[in-house]
Amino acid sequence: MATAAAAPTHATTGYHEESGVWSWLTTVDHKRIGALYLYTALLWFLVGGFEALLIRMQLQGPNGRLMSADMYNMLFTMHGTTMVFLVIMPLSAAFFNLLIPLQIGARDVAFPRLNAFSYWVYLFGSLFMNASWLVGQAPDGGWFGYAPLTSYQFSTGLNIDFWLLGLQILGVSSLAAAFNFITTIINMRAPGMQLMRMPIFTWMAFVVQFLLVLAFPVITIALVFLQFDRFFGTQFYQTAAGADPLLWQHLFWIFGHPEVYILILPAFGLVSEVLPTFSGKPLFGYPVMVYSGILIAFLGFGVWAHHMFAVGMGPIADTLFALTTMLIGIPTGVKIFNWIFTMWGGNIRFTTAMKFAIALVALFTIGGISGVMHASPPADLQQTDTYFIVAHFHYVLFGGSMMGLFAGVYYYYPKLVGRMMSEKIGNWHFWLSFIGMNLTFMPMHWSGLMGMPRRTWVYDAGQGLEMFNLMSSVGAYIQAVAVIVFVWNLWSSRKHGAIAGNNPWGAPSLEWSIPSPPPDYNYAVIPTVTSRYPLWDANPPKSQEGPMKSAKELGIPMPNPTIKPLVVALFMMLMFASMLLIHMGKQQLAVVLVITFALLMVLSLYSWLLTPLEDEH
Amino acid sequence: MATAAAVGHGHPPTTTGLDHRKIAIWAFIGSECMLFTSLISTYLVYKGRSVTGPFPHEVCNPPQCATTLQPILNIPITSVSTFVLLMSSLAMVLALAAVQNKDKPGWAGTGWWARQLESSKLWLLMTAILGATFLGFQAYEFTSFVHEGLTIRKNLFGSSFFTLTGFHGAHVTVGVLWLLTLLAIDMRRGLGPKDALNVDIAALYWHFVDVVWIAIFTLVYLIK
Repeated sequence: MATAAAAPTHATTGYHEESGVWSWLTTVDHKRIGALYLYTALLWFLVGGFEALLIRMQLQGPNGRLMSADMYNMLFTMHGTTMVFLVIMPLSAAFFNLLIPLQIGARDVAFPRLNAFSYWVYLFGSLFMNASWLVGQAPDGGWFGYAPLTSYQFSTGLNIDFWLLGLQILGVSSLAAAFNFITTIINMRAPGMQLMRMPIFTWMAFVVQFLLVLAFPVITIALVFLQFDRFFGTQFYQTAAGADPLLWQHLFWIFGHPEVYILILPAFGLVSEVLPTFSGKPLFGYPVMVYSGILIAFLGFGVWAHHMFAVGMGPIADTLFALTTMLIGIPTGVKIFNWIFTMWGGNIRFTTAMKFAIALVALFTIGGISGVMHASPPADLQQTDTYFIVAHFHYVLFGGSMMGLFAGVYYYYPKLVGRMMSEKIGNWHFWLSFIGMNLTFMPMHWSGLMGMPRRTWVYDAGQGLEMFNLMSSVGAYIQAVAVIVFVWNLWSSRKHGAIAGNNPWGAPSLEWSIPSPPPDYNYAVIPTVTSRYPLWDANPPKSQEGPMKSAKELGIPMPNPTIKPLVVALFMMLMFASMLLIHMGKQQLAVVLVITFALLMVLSLYSWLLTPLEDEH
Repeated sequence: MATAAAVGHGHPPTTTGLDHRKIAIWAFIGSECMLFTSLISTYLVYKGRSVTGPFPHEVCNPPQCATTLQPILNIPITSVSTFVLLMSSLAMVLALAAVQNKDKPGWAGTGWWARQLESSKLWLLMTAILGATFLGFQAYEFTSFVHEGLTIRKNLFGSSFFTLTGFHGAHVTVGVLWLLTLLAIDMRRGLGPKDALNVDIAALYWHFVDVVWIAIFTLVYLIK
């Protein structure tokens, strides 16, 4: 780490006029909301990781006795649901919040209060979903929740109710955020920031928002059907009434496959920021990177049935979906090559962020290749529901998304906090994660091909599975140590990290021209952009240094802090939560409470909408 | 693009020149398209799969049904309610025009009819009344279906029909409340060209809900 030379000697903190708990509850500042997303998601990362650890303890040896099959079902369901909806998506949202306005030269997102609302809905939704542990009835139908298995006939507890209501709440958060970011990117770019000059992270974020907008309504409807089946006795998933047992699977995967790209594209974007900076070269093939991102998203809507080869859709459908799935490997492969060519001949600095970024390129390629393997239906029929699939999606989600997000955390922590994370501890974190991750998931390829089924809480001795499972478990323990090291780094660097200064990495994009952490208005002067890499230009925009003036002194209109988005989000969560009473024999109370909370939600929404965003100016 | 940096009062101009809300409502409508596509697709996939009646377009005879049941959809009545909803979109257009031109008295010409055209209150109220009338038709339709033995739990047709049209009805209800809110603001302080965008956005939503109904009316009621 070589570039903190020009760093100022004082931390540039204290621009936020307010502090304390109330200021966090009422904040509408995209950077603070980004920080809330980041820390909340990391908290759930610990929870989801702990669940994974319990799973690996149970599977460490044959016929494990740590837990019952029911407990195991809850653990793998909540591990998957947590990691997808409560960790990777909100971690990406943390970066959308922090970076999109900074990268396009804006002072905030288009709708600051809606942004706060998205976060509070996410927080309350995640708390609601995990409250299921407190009553001992956590969701147990898998993160994919296949109906009719999840219909009331087969699952009479509150488990699935918690799951489906929780996902409905979280969906509102994602959709609200997506409308916000789409508007922000289309409409709030600084002068000269043409679409093809936008930093690649913002581009990938832009693509992801469209995936969210188009994919989430589909699962919303699938969940509404399930909810109506369970609560009101409709027949959407009742095969005895003539329902199609594949309806859920189709609807879920029409959402679920784009969701995969919702999880990976933000990480791709982050890595596309990190690699050029630490290679000292512009991103290789910027336009192709943009187009391949769009193409991945577009094709992502046409491949969903490759999750369903085993259900017997017939040769035509199988062939079609196999072809589209293989096609999607092309734009993804293009990205991999572009990253390699970005590094090729560059002046590479092996910072922690860079190591994580390179790890993504390597590990995602492994996951991508096993993905192309089960794009072929005959191969998939052998691999489906085995640990081979588990190995595949952990290489793309942990080796891909999480490595990219870690790269992003190390890279952008200085911008968010104003101090550098420790490279020394970061190095430990990286190597422990990298070794632990490969030790956990690489042997699963073998145990899977030997026929070890997923989602089963025990396996017998003498099938040749012991060694692979032991390796996986040891790998998981190493990862647990890695996570502790990471949390320690994150915590201790807050106070003890080196002062970052505006641009500690010598990076090219606009966000590095302003102080770290940025003042609440971001840019005192909105920059004019003339290229893709403004800070690497011969005439970079003036770096904004020194003691900053307040927004009031500069005459910059700022949105007022408000508690109202939090209140609306809270009433919405309570409205959904009241529906749990339906299966507790208290239908009338449920109706009364749902209506009460719905009215309170609408009233507080009116109060929010009728209050101006900012003071008259 | 302009190079003038925005220091000092006010917000920098938007990139497209459009208001943020206008872009957001289009993104929202895009999302809603997928919502209704999922509902309509499910209805169509389940068409003809119900194991018992009543059916939308077919007679259900014993032993499939306990007694002979006639086709349940009432196309003449629904045509009337469809016409009512379409007319509400016309009223919405007139309401928006009235708000946009509030500062140009006499823009619609002279005479009694022109004076009516200039009244945003009248057309907002008219849109809301027509929307509410549509909802009244729907309430009548739902109750009569229940009396004829079709509930949301009866068969696949009942489940998918009531959920689809119920979702649409809920959207119309939200629209009516939205229009009444605008009307209340109009009564209180008067809506002018400054507020035209707020009315414009409500109008976009209203027309969208109307267009969705045209798809539902065609696919559910007209095509057998």
